[in-house]
Amino acid sequence: MSEAKEYKYIGQRTIRPDGYDKVTGKANYAADLTLPGMIWGKILRSPHAHAKIIKLDTTKAEALNGVMAAATFADFPSVSNEAIQSGEGATDALDLGRNILARDKVLYHGHAVAAIAAKTEAIAERALALIEVEYEVLPPVMDVRDAMKADAPLLHEDLFTQGSAEQPEKPSNIAARHEFKMGDVEAGFAEADMIVERDYYSPTVHQGYIEPHACTVNYNKDGQSMIWCSTQGHFDVRASTAKLLAMPLGNLKVVASEIGGGFGGKTTLYLEPVALILSRKSGRPVKMEMGRDEVFRASGPGSAARLTVKVGAKKDGTITAMKSTMAFEAGAFKGSPVMMGCMTSFTPYNCPNVYCEGFDVVVNKPKVAAYRAPGAPQAEYAAEMAVSELADKLGIDQIDIRIKNAAKEGTQTIYGPKLKAVGLVECLEAARNSPHYQSALKAGEGRGIASGFWFNVGGQSSVTINMNPDGTGTIVEGSPDIGGSRASMQMMASEELGIPLNDLKPIIGDTESVPYSQSTGGSRTTFATGMAVIEAAQDVVRQLKERAASLWNVTPEQVEWQDGVAINTAGEDKMTCAQICAKNDKTGGQITGTGNVNARGAAPSFAVHLCDTYVDQETGKVDVVRYTAIQDAGKAIHPGYVEGQYQGGAVQGIGWALNEEYIYSKDGVMENAGFLDYRIPLASDLPMIDTIIVEVPNPFHPYGVRGVGESGIIPPLAAVGYSVGNAIGANVTDLPCSPPRVLKLIQGKN
Amino acid sequence: MATVFCSSELQRFTGEELSAVSALNYRDLLKELYGKFPDLKNSDLEDMVIAIDGEIVHEPLLVEIPEGAELHFFHFIAGG
Repeated sequence: MSEAKEYKYIGQRTIRPDGYDKVTGKANYAADLTLPGMIWGKILRSPHAHAKIIKLDTTKAEALNGVMAAATFADFPSVSNEAIQSGEGATDALDLGRNILARDKVLYHGHAVAAIAAKTEAIAERALALIEVEYEVLPPVMDVRDAMKADAPLLHEDLFTQGSAEQPEKPSNIAARHEFKMGDVEAGFAEADMIVERDYYSPTVHQGYIEPHACTVNYNKDGQSMIWCSTQGHFDVRASTAKLLAMPLGNLKVVASEIGGGFGGKTTLYLEPVALILSRKSGRPVKMEMGRDEVFRASGPGSAARLTVKVGAKKDGTITAMKSTMAFEAGAFKGSPVMMGCMTSFTPYNCPNVYCEGFDVVVNKPKVAAYRAPGAPQAEYAAEMAVSELADKLGIDQIDIRIKNAAKEGTQTIYGPKLKAVGLVECLEAARNSPHYQSALKAGEGRGIASGFWFNVGGQSSVTINMNPDGTGTIVEGSPDIGGSRASMQMMASEELGIPLNDLKPIIGDTESVPYSQSTGGSRTTFATGMAVIEAAQDVVRQLKERAASLWNVTPEQVEWQDGVAINTAGEDKMTCAQICAKNDKTGGQITGTGNVNARGAAPSFAVHLCDTYVDQETGKVDVVRYTAIQDAGKAIHPGYVEGQYQGGAVQGIGWALNEEYIYSKDGVMENAGFLDYRIPLASDLPMIDTIIVEVPNPFHPYGVRGVGESGIIPPLAAVGYSVGNAIGANVTDLPCSPPRVLKLIQGKN
Repeated sequence: MATVFCSSELQRFTGEELSAVSALNYRDLLKELYGKFPDLKNSDLEDMVIAIDGEIVHEPLLVEIPEGAELHFFHFIAGG
């Protein structure tokens, strides 16, 4: 990292460049594009949670006047189990295809079975009713405990547990077993004076993005096909769609629309390949949109998890051993984030004896998707609850026990490397010194404290900066902007170039107008794409100096660049950026800076949250009365957006802890597939979420940046959960702390 | 010499927690590990990311392995 210096733009609270369009309704989201001749696609979804498809016939539907095309899994060219890039990891192409359109079985209520494209939405809806499907209904498996039983109904006859000590002979609903260990956990427990061991449960929850999945596509036989959609990674949409439809990547252009929230849920895809099949068959552009109930029933939620945690400590609070066994629901296809749950569970602690075992389990629910810090909220919820209970039993302050055992630079992690510079202790100290922690609780209130850890990653990002003859420029980045990143990119480019923010326009390029970038995730965009911006801006500065040198007949080394002005150190000449750009045509033509990085050096961001709740003893209703989110940003490029990430993560985590859960009937039908019954927190439900930005610079980033979008959702589960338990004098183990569940705890205590 | 720290998952194929290696680059590292532990060919080793002295390296073919380095393999971490 560069030496500490005064920044002109970094650290300011600038106005977001996309703000005006958004608040005036002019921004174009996924459902806003209409093309000439466009028709509508609709999906027929399974009424059963688990069934074999005996017959599927679209003949009558296709015969309906106005119907232009139908699609089923059979329309996918041969798809294998090949891995394809999806989100920040890889996914199985066959599983992806079977999730997008069922092949021989439906595996959850709402699973897509077939699709119709017609001249109007109403005709398409009528045609869906004419599709003939015969099912052989099978018993659904809705919970990991049932799914893991030896005699459980199987979702996949060809799924064998990966990671078992011995090669399994029979298929199973357990897709994988993971094990991480260091030290001697049993010896660690033998050293302990106090041990807490408990079972915990975290429910299926949805990211709750406001904009449903939607796309408009146009298949072109002679060349370029186009997809316009709401996504966190348009290059991944291109890769997955091209793979499923056996198209060359170069024949498919994907344009990322404005995005109305993602939080990880838009790192995969559901509609786009289907829409492209329908467009190919009909010869028309096709638009598809999910309704809210489809988003709940058929897009990827966060995993439900059951965990058993055991933590031991000496009387002085030294933690001697930590152990967790966790089973995560993957939904209908393998691939829950349980491995990351194992890797993150106890990382806030410098404990020599740790053991984590994780199971990835398929159940008859929609295939899970990423949700901020995937796997960590569930795993760290159980760990933090146990540590808090241990502190209380030992009579040690909640923050003191965490500082005493805090991970710091050099701490060995269970997943391998030792930690570099991290800011957990600084966050805990900021929490202890906060007005919130110094304040006393009122009658009926409880307090919870929890830490959160997320790795953060770097990866590939590409940026070009095109300078115009008037000295303004366009920053073209490949990372869809879900959290205000355009403002941050603009600020970093201005800082490097020394020209005003408004002289640089940041835009998101489509897959043809900017080189490859991995998907946007809270872990990497400001960090990695920011590094690409810095590199591109420095490339522009280099060229500007060369152009000035040629105009002054000196060497580029004799030119200095200060605050957007070239200075001839061999004379007294100065030229502004605009003056140099105005002479482009005489000095070599267009000035374009490029930044293509595969960023290394991503650094973890630790968070610590404080939560006070008041519990109505008669109804079990919980009110969050005070909440503070503290987190290490490394360096906050735009403090307002950093605070927004902290608050957004906190609010989503509070919803997870208090009210949110998928409720299923015994037949596996989701009974609360709408925001009326699936209750995310409203602004009127919560107090102001206070924030404290801690800045322990990441030594591997030019400005010291750490990703801040993930860790903020981790601590709320335990901070709220423990606060509620503290208020009612009972142990909370199962989330959410909804009124019926809390009332039951109160009544049980009494 | 560098040291490969084998995760619990890799220990199923290596039987050892640590392995000293003389390889100076990723290509030779794989060759050396497969030579020592033939069962590793059945693992996901080449799909894993490598961390050299705690830093995840996305382009292992382009870097050298420094003397005394600590090497860890683990699965790619996805975000939300």
